[in-house]
Amino acid sequence: MHEVSLIESVVALVEDERRKQDFSRVRMIKLRVGAIGHAEPDALRFCFDAVTSGTIADGARLEIEMVAGAGWCAECRRTVALGERFAACPACGGARVRMTAGNELSVAEMEVE
Amino acid sequence: MCTVCGCGTSGTVAKIGAESAGASHAEPHHNHDHYPHAHGHSHLHVHQPDPAPEHIVEAIDFGAGPAGGHAPGLSQERMISIERDILSKNDAFAAENRARLRAEGVFALNFVSSPGSGKTSLLVRTITDLRDRCLIAVIEGDQQTSHDAERIRATGVQAVQINTGKGCHLDAHMVGHALDHLSLGSGGLLFIENVGNLVCPAAFDLGEAHKVVVLSVTEGEDKPLKYPDMFAAADLMLLNKSDLLPHLEFDMSACMAAALRVNPHIQILTVSAKTGEGLPAFYAWIEARASLMPAPAGDPA
Repeated sequence: MHEVSLIESVVALVEDERRKQDFSRVRMIKLRVGAIGHAEPDALRFCFDAVTSGTIADGARLEIEMVAGAGWCAECRRTVALGERFAACPACGGARVRMTAGNELSVAEMEVE
Repeated sequence: MCTVCGCGTSGTVAKIGAESAGASHAEPHHNHDHYPHAHGHSHLHVHQPDPAPEHIVEAIDFGAGPAGGHAPGLSQERMISIERDILSKNDAFAAENRARLRAEGVFALNFVSSPGSGKTSLLVRTITDLRDRCLIAVIEGDQQTSHDAERIRATGVQAVQINTGKGCHLDAHMVGHALDHLSLGSGGLLFIENVGNLVCPAAFDLGEAHKVVVLSVTEGEDKPLKYPDMFAAADLMLLNKSDLLPHLEFDMSACMAAALRVNPHIQILTVSAKTGEGLPAFYAWIEARASLMPAPAGDPA
């Protein structure tokens, strides 16, 4: 359940931002999460309220934008969809696929006041 | 007084952290930035490379979560675009640890595995075999107890126990704290034994030179496919407990194929911490990799 640490890191990033920009409350935090990365969106949602309680992000709404997995197939010489991190190319079945998307894990934006 | 180990009494054991919840304070001796967290410890111990027979036990407890302030007041509602990697904080601490280790000429390995794969036994054996050749220190990560650090200290080397509390992995910030309590010097080896967990530690760079994943042959050959992130993050896989192979139906080649599928660059060694089989190859790997480390700044060699 490293999602707890990830949300703690989100709170730290929000604190960073508060030092740069003046706001007193966070209404919404939008995360961008890769579909074939290591963070589980349901687990992020599950611990969000508990971890943010009493922090600058207390009461904020969590939005998660999922980024679909994709990779570059060296055989097909094109980008293909990936359903799991080490999947073979869905077009040619080859294993020479380098993941190009789906591992994202970032704070995209937030709504503050 | 610490209720876990009795530090503060006349015993030989002093433990940093542990159960004194709420004793939060700032620590002037650390040279890296902090994000808020509570500390239970009250003072700093300085370790010598060659510890006295009566070891001072140290543990750092990160069970307490982050604290933050809630600022009242109102301002205008607006959207802020941030686009920052969630792990950027950890990665910054990791970069700091890496620079520090490099400057000190210390080669660090981060050992990751599921619980019970034999990490601590492997370290005890490795330390016993290598301690006459170089200075070694260990950072032990567990949710609770100092058992592993005590096993390591019994070999005569320095060990710092980090208790993560509810945490399922070590992070670079915790390791930065632990580094403050260790002294190794150029040519030293640092072994970081992560919390037994084949999932979460994969995501957290600690500043190590390499992650080493330990998989024991009692665990099943398909583990690399079931927990791909960890095997993708590691540079070396140690297949431990090879002495048990005659008693098991473990398909060694299937296991290696699975590891290579998720990480075509992973190196694999078969070892037994119990019999010592395969360990010379592991020591040769350490020596070769350590020799590739950039020389510390100012070192003409």
